[in-house]
Amino acid sequence: MKTYDAVVVGAGHNGLTTAAFLAKAGLDVVCVEKNDYIGGAAVSRKLHEDWIYSNCSYVCSLLRPEIFRALELHRHGLQVTPFGGSLTFMENGDYYGSYHDPEVAYRERARFSRRDADAYERYRSDTMRQCRIIRDFLLSTPPDPTSFRPKDLLGLMQIGRKFLEVGEDRIYETIRFWTMSVAEYLDEYFETDVIKAAMSGSGIIGTALGIHSPGTAYVLLHHYMGDVDGNVGSWGFARGGMGAVSGAIAGAFQSYGGELRTEAGVDKIIVRNGNARGVGLENGDEILANIVVSAMDVKRTFLNCMDRSDVDEDFYTRVENFKIRGSSGKLNIALDGLPTFPALPEGNSLHISDMHFIDSMERMERAYDDWKAGTWSKDPYIDMVIPTTVDPTMAPPGKHFMSCFIQYCPHKLEGRDWTDPEREAFARTVIDQIANYSPDFKKLILHYEVRTPADIEEQIGITEGNIFHGELTMDQLLFNRPVPGYAQYRAPVAGLYMCGSSTHPGGGVMAAPGANAAREILADLKRPNTVPENFGDD
Amino acid sequence: MSAREVPQGRLRTPFYSRLAELDTLNAWHTWKGYTVPDALYCADTEYFAIRNSTAVFDLTPMTKYRITGPDALVYIDRLVTRDMSKIRPGRVAYAVWCNDQGQTIDDGTIFHLREGEYRLCSQERHCAWLMDSAIGLDVSITDETADVAALAVQGPTSFATLSRMGIDGLGELKPFGLMHVDFDGFELMVSRTGFTGDLGYELWTAPENAVSLWDYLFAAGEITGIRAMGTDALEQARIEAGYIMAYIDFLPANATMRTGRTRSPLELGLDWLVDFKKPNFNGRRALAEEKRSGSTWRLVKLDIEGNKPAHHAYIFADRKGRKNIGFVTSATWSPVCKQNIALGTVRMPLGAPGSELWVEIFYQREMHWSRVMARAEVVDKPFWFPKRRGLTPPDLV
Repeated sequence: MKTYDAVVVGAGHNGLTTAAFLAKAGLDVVCVEKNDYIGGAAVSRKLHEDWIYSNCSYVCSLLRPEIFRALELHRHGLQVTPFGGSLTFMENGDYYGSYHDPEVAYRERARFSRRDADAYERYRSDTMRQCRIIRDFLLSTPPDPTSFRPKDLLGLMQIGRKFLEVGEDRIYETIRFWTMSVAEYLDEYFETDVIKAAMSGSGIIGTALGIHSPGTAYVLLHHYMGDVDGNVGSWGFARGGMGAVSGAIAGAFQSYGGELRTEAGVDKIIVRNGNARGVGLENGDEILANIVVSAMDVKRTFLNCMDRSDVDEDFYTRVENFKIRGSSGKLNIALDGLPTFPALPEGNSLHISDMHFIDSMERMERAYDDWKAGTWSKDPYIDMVIPTTVDPTMAPPGKHFMSCFIQYCPHKLEGRDWTDPEREAFARTVIDQIANYSPDFKKLILHYEVRTPADIEEQIGITEGNIFHGELTMDQLLFNRPVPGYAQYRAPVAGLYMCGSSTHPGGGVMAAPGANAAREILADLKRPNTVPENFGDD
Repeated sequence: MSAREVPQGRLRTPFYSRLAELDTLNAWHTWKGYTVPDALYCADTEYFAIRNSTAVFDLTPMTKYRITGPDALVYIDRLVTRDMSKIRPGRVAYAVWCNDQGQTIDDGTIFHLREGEYRLCSQERHCAWLMDSAIGLDVSITDETADVAALAVQGPTSFATLSRMGIDGLGELKPFGLMHVDFDGFELMVSRTGFTGDLGYELWTAPENAVSLWDYLFAAGEITGIRAMGTDALEQARIEAGYIMAYIDFLPANATMRTGRTRSPLELGLDWLVDFKKPNFNGRRALAEEKRSGSTWRLVKLDIEGNKPAHHAYIFADRKGRKNIGFVTSATWSPVCKQNIALGTVRMPLGAPGSELWVEIFYQREMHWSRVMARAEVVDKPFWFPKRRGLTPPDLV
């Protein structure tokens, strides 16, 4: 029976990225996927006639340009098109727009508060200063603070230097920033409720935290640190939906001779004499390989796909304690035409933007209260985009695809499984909120797909359907991600590696975990490195 | 005869009223005396319309000459370096023409409109040179720049847009082909040409039809993502396509003062346009001699590491920067390729495709300047050359 150099479990964008860089280095790699389609949570599927849905992730910004370039993803069909700003509709009939053009953005803020308009400049530089610290570490392995290996010491020194660079008086700010809530942080700069509400969304997306929870200021960064073509903080659509990201990486992988197997769900990671030796598939087949790389989240990898006896006690407990909580859902909608939003003047550039329908900090926090009570938000925070306003490939001409990301939505309802009527009621909540601002929206709906965290877990395999493969809180970041002592992509079993978003630097369709893992694996195998360096921000 | 004052301000193209309606930025500049937009909404959005849907560019200010007469082919074939006898009616040729020393005067496109009837379209004005070259031949040359309104319609849905507009037979039109259609009672010429390196067409008609053409086009494009664009977006796209520009990547030979500042076609990577097998053409002897003894310069396409655009950068043979061998003429970050790309001119024999050069990039961050020596690979092919550009018939999206 053939033994591969490596088997990668899960053909999401990170699994494929690791697989591609390993194959590029000349390894014989097979990537296995449980579904009959690839992509994991970076996926495009046709569920209604000629409409293509970005079923899970829906915008692209964090994908590292270094990886795009190194894998020549444009040759494999990936094209990321940036889109304008964002928009928050207000209950009083007004709206607040966040524009791409800085002068227009200034005028819009000044419409609410001249003070806030001016404050933005300082807010931006303070926040970007924090961003600069983290951006440099995205494409590198976190150093282990307990190790005395030269590589780790050097890594720690680099982190230290980056902190010192921000300036002595600013270190205090940095420590505060990393532990604060997004609400407190915004309060230090702005007075206008809707402006704060509009900005606070980035602090809670994908997390089971509220805007007043400590640690959410950092999550803000996670949504600011991406860039499209050097415009830091801006977002784009992948032409053809997010599946184009995975599709292009898979194309690169196969162009390097890699093998892709779908409908090959992994039942067990095979360990013999303390070494990972391959995987046992659900259909009973075995695939042997010298190393095994898991792109699954850390819980699914160690709690579901390994023999209990192959994992040490302490590690097992820590994995059990790792926080992956279902907190967001999705509603994907096929539309017969473009819905109108009468509050927004015709021709305004924000008709192409991400739209929100919650206009106060109070409403943001109340949305979280529902989740804590074990149900979905009755007045949810929705991040809504219509990619077909710029992408002609996702729906027939004149028709549209709408993606709604909904916060909050629990994995279980008051501790029990979702029923179909409850899923419908969840969808109705979302549709009703949007319809409050778009009178013709409801009658344009042709088909929709409801995705609760339970659905995402069921279909994609991510524990509790958490989009980041685990909370992005300080206790689970950098050298603590996923488990202290195991942040360098190596599992506590020889020959077993982790490359999913449970590892540094976390989720968001960055492909950085996958690339970083590949770099470590190639170093262990003493193969030439194929993974690019960070462009550097200077 | 009474004295007539020439227009003192910037001219307006026949599409001006429509461009002005769409304009939100109020950012205009002058191009050959016409007022044209840098961008109308946002240069990024307009750029992505080229690569993602349909972008429309008003190219009316391009210099256009009508060349007719019994000797038209003989004349043009003697003017340019490529074999024009192969360009049948209904075809378009990219071409370059030289002075006696084999130095490039300009490049442009030559449309073989009908048997013996041509349109030469170029960036610069060349009436004097063209007239002088015609002496002794039965050929007539007319400047028709202001008599032809022209739009470039470029991007992956450009075919869908124009088909929806009702242009029949467009599906069979091959790259560098042209066709005449009767459109809503007026004459329209459609060519499958452009300056973006993507699937695209150019529409040519009399100025009085311009507004009507625009309206039909934008009505058809409403559901195919049509956008008007300015020159900023075009500049980015043309570098990705590897297209050169007069006064940027080379100087028109007849307009330079300093020795050694001109370039031959061979030095601009246009050797494929120079045909020594055809009858005599202007500059032939000099070019043959250059081919034999070697060129001084070479145009290079550079794929540069990192993400800092290499505007005006010096090019070196070594990392330490001991040997300066040339400079960058055009540079941009390529949003579709996620590559840091540039065109440059370097001294032969350096810069062969596949070789490694070094580019000295200066960049400013918060007032302070820094410098980086970036590795660059010389590449052979255009940075961007999507399959759809060559497909006949093209896909609808």
